[in-house]
Amino acid sequence: MNTPSLEIKELAFAYPDGNQALYGVNLSVQKGERVALLGPNGAGKTTLVMHMNGIHPTSHGSIHVAGQLVDAKNKESIKEIRSKVGIVFQDPDDQLFMPTVAEDVAFGPYNMGLRGDELNKVVEEALELVGMLDFRDRPPHHLSFGQRRRVAVATVLAMKPEILVLDEPSSNLDPASRRELADILRSLDITMVMVTHDLPYAYELCARSVILKGGVIVADGSTHEILTDSALLAANRLELPVGFSIQ
Amino acid sequence: MIHGLPSHLKIIAALSFILIVVATPVTQWGAFIAYFLWLFVVVKVAQIPFGTLFKRALIEIPFIFFAILMPFFGSGEKIAVGPFDLYREGLIAGSGIVVKGTLGVMTAIILSTSTTAREILRGLERLRLPVLMVQIASFMLRYVNVVNDEMERMKVARESRGFEATGMKSWKVLATAAGALFIRSYERGERVHLSMLSRGYEGVLPQEERMKIDASVWLKAMVYPLVAALIFITQLLIGTI
Repeated sequence: MNTPSLEIKELAFAYPDGNQALYGVNLSVQKGERVALLGPNGAGKTTLVMHMNGIHPTSHGSIHVAGQLVDAKNKESIKEIRSKVGIVFQDPDDQLFMPTVAEDVAFGPYNMGLRGDELNKVVEEALELVGMLDFRDRPPHHLSFGQRRRVAVATVLAMKPEILVLDEPSSNLDPASRRELADILRSLDITMVMVTHDLPYAYELCARSVILKGGVIVADGSTHEILTDSALLAANRLELPVGFSIQ
Repeated sequence: MIHGLPSHLKIIAALSFILIVVATPVTQWGAFIAYFLWLFVVVKVAQIPFGTLFKRALIEIPFIFFAILMPFFGSGEKIAVGPFDLYREGLIAGSGIVVKGTLGVMTAIILSTSTTAREILRGLERLRLPVLMVQIASFMLRYVNVVNDEMERMKVARESRGFEATGMKSWKVLATAAGALFIRSYERGERVHLSMLSRGYEGVLPQEERMKIDASVWLKAMVYPLVAALIFITQLLIGTI
């Protein structure tokens, strides 16, 4: 078997104030897989994501990205890890901080050492992938929310990550933007972890789902199986929208 | 033609012009008339509407307020101007501040109207302003709209619940709102920082590659202070005759 893109073993974490968020998470994601990470508010989803690229140092357990240990103390390796794990944050305004779209997309690859034509090429490719190339010289605050979310995805794609992590990708999007983003995400040939409450979105995009609750993985299986198990969903404060049913 | 000049040259030109103006003694009033005429020529060339120029220049009023009071207080020789008895020293000093201040402010307006804020920051960066300051300013530029929108939404939310800002009593509410806005912005700052770290930020923002600048471009940019210098020198020569 190949090395998994993401391998989390017995990851536990408590905040400095003593509030424990993770109680031993085990998760393995194979290359090319798209996995939905489901869970109610406060389940520890964001905390888990923050561990994946070493923003939160691992205090117990271990995380490997493409076989490489995530070690927040090792400066050199953490730099590599951060280029391998691309996180798209929930609020694009948090992610897009440079004066223009192109400069923002260039930010990551620049930090990885790309310059000149090479940098330009990577930026254009990434913007092309999300259909935002025409907006390259626009300031982010002149874009619609859906466009900003797409640029946020591009900023991460430009780093050519091993794994793409999306935090609530469909939140606050109108139906058309939501579908456009789904089309874009489906077209990408990349390992993906999608944190979401939007169960139909998970169903549409991810073959596999895991449920995180109370700091542990309580279910791991095909999205179809999980979303048709109404008892399991109810136990984890997850609900399909009214009128939505899966055969 | 002014709009297209490299921003750092424009900054140098504007500063030099202001320095020359400040160095000119107030009593050389001929020179100041010439400065103003020259400034208006530049405004014309830069295709800045005079309405915009004067409207934006109003910003200096709070600053020159005290200068306007100066002739009324002081000591020494008095002269009568219309209905007022003014102190000569104060009048000279006050009008100096007003005239020089106006020239400075108008120069800054030419600079800011003909250059985008982003370009000014790039120019400052090229002029070796500490990176940290440039970064702070560019983040402010990026987020001023975001914070403003947030403030606007909070205002709408307050008013939707029947709040009206009237008098001292509402200060408490406004202060609380300002505090909430501060916390939100602070937290946003942290999230932005996290997202920067996630993309490999190590303390430096990407920099533009620098292009060589022709001497002719330099010369074009420096025409603005050079003409002022010429006026200055001419006035000195005339003054001594």
